[in-house]
Amino acid sequence: MILARFLGPRVWILIAAILAAAILVPMANLWLPASHPLHVPSYIVPLWGKYVCYALLALALDLVWGYVGILSLGHGAFFALGGYAMGMYLMRQIGARGVYGNPDLPDFMVFLNWKELPWYWYGFGEFWFAALMVMLVPGLLAFVFGFFAFRSRVTGVYLSIITQAMTYALLLAFFRNDMGFGGNNGLTDFKDILGFSIQADATRAGLFAASCIALAIGVLLVGWLTRSKFGKLMIAVRDAESRTRFIGWRPEYVKLFAFTVSAVMAGIAGALYVPQVGIINPGEFSPVNSIEIVVWAAVGGRGTLIGPVIGALIVNYGKTVFTALAPEFWLFILGSLFVFVTLVLPRGIVGTIDHGWDTLRQRRRARDAEKGEADDAAAVANPAE
Amino acid sequence: MTEAKVIDKVAEEIRALSQPQGVGSAQANAQPSASAPGAGRQEARTSSPPSGMAEPAEPQPRETVVSPHPYATQLREKRLAAEANGRARRDTLLYLDGVTKSFDGFKAINNLSLVIEKGEMRAIIGPNGAGKTTMMDIITGKTRPDKGEVFFNGDVDLTRHDEAAIANMGIGRKFQKPTVFESHTIEDNIRLSLSGPRSVLEALVHRKDEPERARIEEILETIRLTAKRKTLAANLSHGQKQWLEIGMLLAQDPELLLVDEPVAGMTDAETEETARLLREIATTRSVVVVEHDMGFVRELGVKVTCLHEGSVLSEGTLDKVSADPKVIEVYLGR
Ligand SMILES: Nc1ncnc2c1ncn2[C@@H]1O[C@H](COP(=O)(O)OP(=O)(O)OP(=O)(O)O)[C@@H](O)[C@H]1O
Ligand SMILES: [Mg+2]
Repeated sequence: MILARFLGPRVWILIAAILAAAILVPMANLWLPASHPLHVPSYIVPLWGKYVCYALLALALDLVWGYVGILSLGHGAFFALGGYAMGMYLMRQIGARGVYGNPDLPDFMVFLNWKELPWYWYGFGEFWFAALMVMLVPGLLAFVFGFFAFRSRVTGVYLSIITQAMTYALLLAFFRNDMGFGGNNGLTDFKDILGFSIQADATRAGLFAASCIALAIGVLLVGWLTRSKFGKLMIAVRDAESRTRFIGWRPEYVKLFAFTVSAVMAGIAGALYVPQVGIINPGEFSPVNSIEIVVWAAVGGRGTLIGPVIGALIVNYGKTVFTALAPEFWLFILGSLFVFVTLVLPRGIVGTIDHGWDTLRQRRRARDAEKGEADDAAAVANPAE
Repeated sequence: MTEAKVIDKVAEEIRALSQPQGVGSAQANAQPSASAPGAGRQEARTSSPPSGMAEPAEPQPRETVVSPHPYATQLREKRLAAEANGRARRDTLLYLDGVTKSFDGFKAINNLSLVIEKGEMRAIIGPNGAGKTTMMDIITGKTRPDKGEVFFNGDVDLTRHDEAAIANMGIGRKFQKPTVFESHTIEDNIRLSLSGPRSVLEALVHRKDEPERARIEEILETIRLTAKRKTLAANLSHGQKQWLEIGMLLAQDPELLLVDEPVAGMTDAETEETARLLREIATTRSVVVVEHDMGFVRELGVKVTCLHEGSVLSEGTLDKVSADPKVIEVYLGR
């Protein structure tokens, strides 16, 4: 009862669907025979696992863009940093099984003639440490970046541009071999995670389930944040920043908190993504990636809880289909999609449905009121959700 | 108290303080040099020989000896004047003196001096571009003045604080263009404005409770929007948005309300109602209202200040101000 009131039935349906997928997809993959009509082929599991990570990333962006109005064009950077932290753990798990058989150094370091592990690789042999860094590194970067940007009251297009510059700078940095992150090739050839072979179907099923659970927790977290007074404050900052300032709030702190939480979510998404695709390289920092995230959220409906999740799933499924058919056209399709959504569906899919529904309900209420049937109680029944 | 009286009082205090007689005045002299070390040090440097080493050992007698050096005397007088100024300021709610602000060489505010007493309601009129809104920007910390003093409650220097800090000190501001949170209900607009902790953490764990509901109820009554409490602010009429914004100011529980053009775009009936609302508010708080609508200003029935080109042109009752030839010229000249 209280839970239903807390997020609305639709969000609970989404969460239930995600958790059902977390259980059913692995089962259908592992236990049903290949001949069974409901069998899920093994290549599907990491593919959709990847989409689920993207969905979590889109949700993270929605927290700052949809609810606080910060159009970050650098969220790919937080995703990639989380991915690199996980990649470093996976590299250390390879141990002596690399091409050069060096138990202490990853292959690329041996290749570069490095004699010992750089200090910033210490600790990544331990999963708990890597897991901590998955959250800490993107979170810290977002905090420091946000602290200066929001305190100097950089907003709008200027903020978008500097976030884009941030991810571009990281792209260039990670390309360099002497950074110690594998340069151009990034980190790859992973063997196992927590002792399980990364290629095994069961491991992939487990990673898929873990991604679904992370997404469900993400939806709950963002749902809770947006329903709290803090959530109202985020929307207040989005709609009238100066008004919030002049009633005594500090919008910079509101933004900073949301931005940091969002970056941590993006980092977790990246960490779950890397073992499923088997590689992380500087390409993940590419500015285009960050823009794609914005398209997912826009298509689904920014400022709604379930829109970005649905948007990320649909657009990425479309991407897989279209790149198989005509790879050279994908960017044009993506571009047209963004233009189409901006012009025709500015609220996105979910936002448009919501809006239509609200209008309908309001019209019905107005008609009821005309008939004189509406008592006060009906008028007071919450219209917002 | 009028400004002229304040100035008289200042002069009186300067006179009283700058006549050294007996123990009482010695103490009065000793006090400022302790509280203003910068000035004291400078004075010491000019009046004592460069050896300086023995100086801190016996500071006591130095206070009673009046330095013969003209520069030292000048400095002392300046300091005393500042002190006395502070005393006169102490009883005021808002004290602007010699405030200047220019944008690219254009002086939007030019040597503006204005005093608002505690509990006073003041109407500010003036032609477009007179600097009324800029004055509010300066008081609320949005704009830093180039020059001049801005004090709240006697001794809070507003030029040293930002918007949020000033709002939390008890200065509420309604913008010229009504600004409310359009995607929130009226109730939530008020809830976000209620005075109380302003930390992110508190907002995360905040729970609605009965006292909060009661406060919201009370404000909704005052601004006559009780029936619309669950309506989105975006669906309000222009006039209702103005009221909602005033309600948000009230929720902040401010000592001083700065209200910029509250009746712009309102019907006559709404204007009348707004005048009543503001008069009601003014019984418990100080209010500064900027307005072009003379009918409305007359209805408020309070002291009027006319601004022009960034400074005070005329001040007094509405009849006196509107009869002032300078004011007539400014208004007819356009
Ligand atoms: N940020 C700014 N940059 C440049 N010029 C400004 C700025 N703010 C105000 N001005 C100028 O300062 C002058 C005073 O503006 P202000 O808004 O204070 O006038 P006002 O008295 O409120 O007028 P109105 O009755 O039209 O609201 C105007 O000429 C305006 O163009
Ligand atoms: Mg103005």
